[in-house]
Amino acid sequence: MKTEFEKGSHPYGGGGPKKKTLVLALLSFVLSHWVVQGQEIQIDPITDSILPISLEEIILISSYKRSLEHKSHHKPLSTLDEYLESSKKVGMIKRGAYAWEPVLNDMGSERLAVTIDGMRIFGACTDRMDPITSYVDVSNLSDVHVACGQQGAEQGATIGGAIDLRLEKSNFKPLGWTGSVETGGESNNAAQIIGGELNYSDERFYLDTDIIYRKAENYTAGGGQEVAYSQFEKYNLSANTGYRVSDDQRVLASFIFDEARDVGYPALPMDVSLARAFIGSVSWVQTDLIGGFEQWETKLYANSITHIMDDSERPDVPIRMDMPGWSDTYGYYSQVRLKLDKHAFLMKLDGFYNRSLAEMTMYPNNPGEPEMFMLTWPDVRTLNTGFYAEDEIELKASSLKLSGRLALQGFRVADALGLNSLRIFYPEMQRRQSRFLKSVSTQYHRKFKTVHFNGGLSYGDRAPSVSEGFGFYLFNSFDNHDYIGDPDLKNEKAIEVNAKLSLPLEKLTLGVEGNYFHTMDYIIGELNPALSVMTIGAEGVKVYKNLDYAQLYNATLDAKYQITPALICSGLLSYHRGTDQDGRNLPFISPLVYNAMLQYSRGKFTGSLMMRGAGDQVHFNPGFGEDRTDGYTMFSLSLGKSFSINQDNLYVKAGVENIFDTFYSTYSDWNNIPRMGRNLYMTVSYAIN
Amino acid sequence: MKTIKFLFATLVLSLSFTACNDDGDDPIIVEENPLAEYKLLTNVKANNHSIEIYSEQQEFTLGYNELFLRIKDEATDSYISNAEISWKPMMHMTEMMHSCPKSGVSKTENASVYKGFTVFQMPGNADEYWELGLEYSVAGQTYNATERIEVKAPADGKQRVSVFMGTDDTRYVLAMLPMAPEVALNDFSALLFKMESMMAFPAVEDFTVVLDPRMPGMGNHSSPNNEDLTYDASDGMYRGKLSLTMTGYWKINLILENENGEAVKGEAVTDDNESSSLFFEIEF
Repeated sequence: MKTEFEKGSHPYGGGGPKKKTLVLALLSFVLSHWVVQGQEIQIDPITDSILPISLEEIILISSYKRSLEHKSHHKPLSTLDEYLESSKKVGMIKRGAYAWEPVLNDMGSERLAVTIDGMRIFGACTDRMDPITSYVDVSNLSDVHVACGQQGAEQGATIGGAIDLRLEKSNFKPLGWTGSVETGGESNNAAQIIGGELNYSDERFYLDTDIIYRKAENYTAGGGQEVAYSQFEKYNLSANTGYRVSDDQRVLASFIFDEARDVGYPALPMDVSLARAFIGSVSWVQTDLIGGFEQWETKLYANSITHIMDDSERPDVPIRMDMPGWSDTYGYYSQVRLKLDKHAFLMKLDGFYNRSLAEMTMYPNNPGEPEMFMLTWPDVRTLNTGFYAEDEIELKASSLKLSGRLALQGFRVADALGLNSLRIFYPEMQRRQSRFLKSVSTQYHRKFKTVHFNGGLSYGDRAPSVSEGFGFYLFNSFDNHDYIGDPDLKNEKAIEVNAKLSLPLEKLTLGVEGNYFHTMDYIIGELNPALSVMTIGAEGVKVYKNLDYAQLYNATLDAKYQITPALICSGLLSYHRGTDQDGRNLPFISPLVYNAMLQYSRGKFTGSLMMRGAGDQVHFNPGFGEDRTDGYTMFSLSLGKSFSINQDNLYVKAGVENIFDTFYSTYSDWNNIPRMGRNLYMTVSYAIN
Repeated sequence: MKTIKFLFATLVLSLSFTACNDDGDDPIIVEENPLAEYKLLTNVKANNHSIEIYSEQQEFTLGYNELFLRIKDEATDSYISNAEISWKPMMHMTEMMHSCPKSGVSKTENASVYKGFTVFQMPGNADEYWELGLEYSVAGQTYNATERIEVKAPADGKQRVSVFMGTDDTRYVLAMLPMAPEVALNDFSALLFKMESMMAFPAVEDFTVVLDPRMPGMGNHSSPNNEDLTYDASDGMYRGKLSLTMTGYWKINLILENENGEAVKGEAVTDDNESSSLFFEIEF
């Protein structure tokens, strides 16, 4: 069965095809169930969205039936990265088998707001080896909300959009005790996955706990070549609890502990010996507030990340070094809804305080010389306070959503050594700076008979990231350059236009979607030939600067065809292009990508055949370390069956990925490391009801 | 509406939040001995006077030494103000004698404290030694004193003074001033003398010392925004800026250029030439 769908394209709310297949029914059930759940947690915009105005994509992670986790995905128990990669909109930059970096609309971490249940959290690695998505696991999540462009401004200042990883909660459903055990294995990298959960939930109280452990050895690329340093080991524990204080008042708390050890990064010169996160929150949810205000939710949260990068496993390095980094974030948000006549308002006040510190110690080959030490992130303290408001206006056969965010973001370089280091480059640099960020967006939806049209126009900006503003000799192994931040960078601003058309026909559903980002003061590293490299072997030093502007286009065509009630065929084709003001290609822009899937589902049996591929990457930029990446086509197959044993359920799924053992890498594979070759996997889930 | 007002009030409050951590200046500690913070390197006893020589350093060191002097009248147990002092360090080598570059000895704000500097271009050893000759007049009467002193090479062995023959057939002495290096854009200064004779080391004016700091341990990484040392006529010092991007061992490659911009000593660092023959060393 399919794992993702879009609110905007789903023919729900009447007018859809009358003859629903089992799968579609199931899909609807997933959605409607999820809506019910949404009403219970009362934080989801869809509950108030009378018409499917939002262009959000939802990647479902836990299945509609909680007792059987991850059944929805073609490969249950796969890493979160694989779930995200199966999405229509999210791409992944890959530096190894672990901790892929999500990319949305061809924009990476610094242009996105990636949140966990609305909580801001920032990676602690200067080399982007720990995207936020690496600190949660599928066992923690119910779904992932992907919002493009300024539609993501609810989560924070963003250009490319927002990815909100939503935690799974029992939410006072009267289920009593439930539990499950899951295990899986993969042939290619000898991966072992074992996980389980134990939950208790009644109408007054719930407590959800889960644990997952993964261990993988080096994987083998198509054709049999072993990719050295691609191993990883990780475990994750989480607990969620809620207590109903009164009929309309609830206290919720969540906690996640995630630790990865011995993570190899085959595309990089260093590995990670430890990546650890503590993520916690407490929230107060109240159905009614004063007057017409309702669904008031206030959350306080804190998270702390430690990331230890080292090269102790590499036999041959020009110089030994340690690069630990730390990122701590404390934040809050408080949001409330108000319904007036044809208006549905959402107001949200939020803020966070982040501390980012990273250091580098190098051990000279000459033992008589002292260690070399520098701060690569100079203990940057970021304080952000923002206010977001949206109004969804119901019009005749159409609706309009207006939204905006205002925020004040302050930076302070707390460490004197770090400040003095940057003053080598910027003698006049101030210790503090503050920036005013704003976003406005309009989104229009109209229905012509069965055809849905969505269109939007937005403007938003973002402050430079810690690396872009304050990074000090950050080595990028992709283009083989050291990068220096610039504290005087201007905010990056984007005007965004998007449009979408969904055409549900008899047995065929067609969707066309496109967006365009005109990004002014686009931040990117440019070579400064006057500077001397720090990293041994690097080609040069780049300093972050603002381009006049950059242009990004994304267009997607997707189709779904019902061959028989049990058999569905779906396909997706997407085109991406990114250039700067001189027509120069921007890095990490996807070539033409296509995929197609044939899904069969009858009774307790499911099966799918998937094809995924890309055209040649013709628009690349050697200046950013890119070369032409050849196109590829890759096939995967999966089969699943569920069994009932007494009251319990057993679900077995097995499959093969990259059936023909194709050797390939994609545009987003760091330094062209090849992807995994043929891989057989099997997962067994046992749910105790 | 109340809630909106409340939300806005909270927003305003949050926006006005700023942290405060201004560094306060250390209080100045007034000591009875104005040189209590310095190390007493030697105490020359002569003429019923005790001439105390202090320094920030722990010993007389190869290279630049800033020295503070006080003359104590042993009879009255008091320090003599407004004396006129001159000095002459002398190296007794096995086959010859020579002096070294030095300043005059001047009074400081405290009338009983005098200061000056010497630049020892070689350390003493078992057979060769330095002697510090002092001539001073108090109340119209002139006295002489001589003391053998031990000048040592720095314990870390790093080069802070260079004696060399320039392309103009002149022998020069270039000494860097002590500094506390930091990962920052550091103030950096040096003194330049030429050796006219065994005894005369006049200061050289209006040359330029081109800086190229490198880390040999890091593939000869260099740092940006260094400022070459130029002559400051007000105090005869060559001043510039030295940027150090990390801690560790730095070789400060130098090129000495005369007033016409012609290299007198030192070579540019290139891919083929790892270092200059004229350099200082810093390690921190």
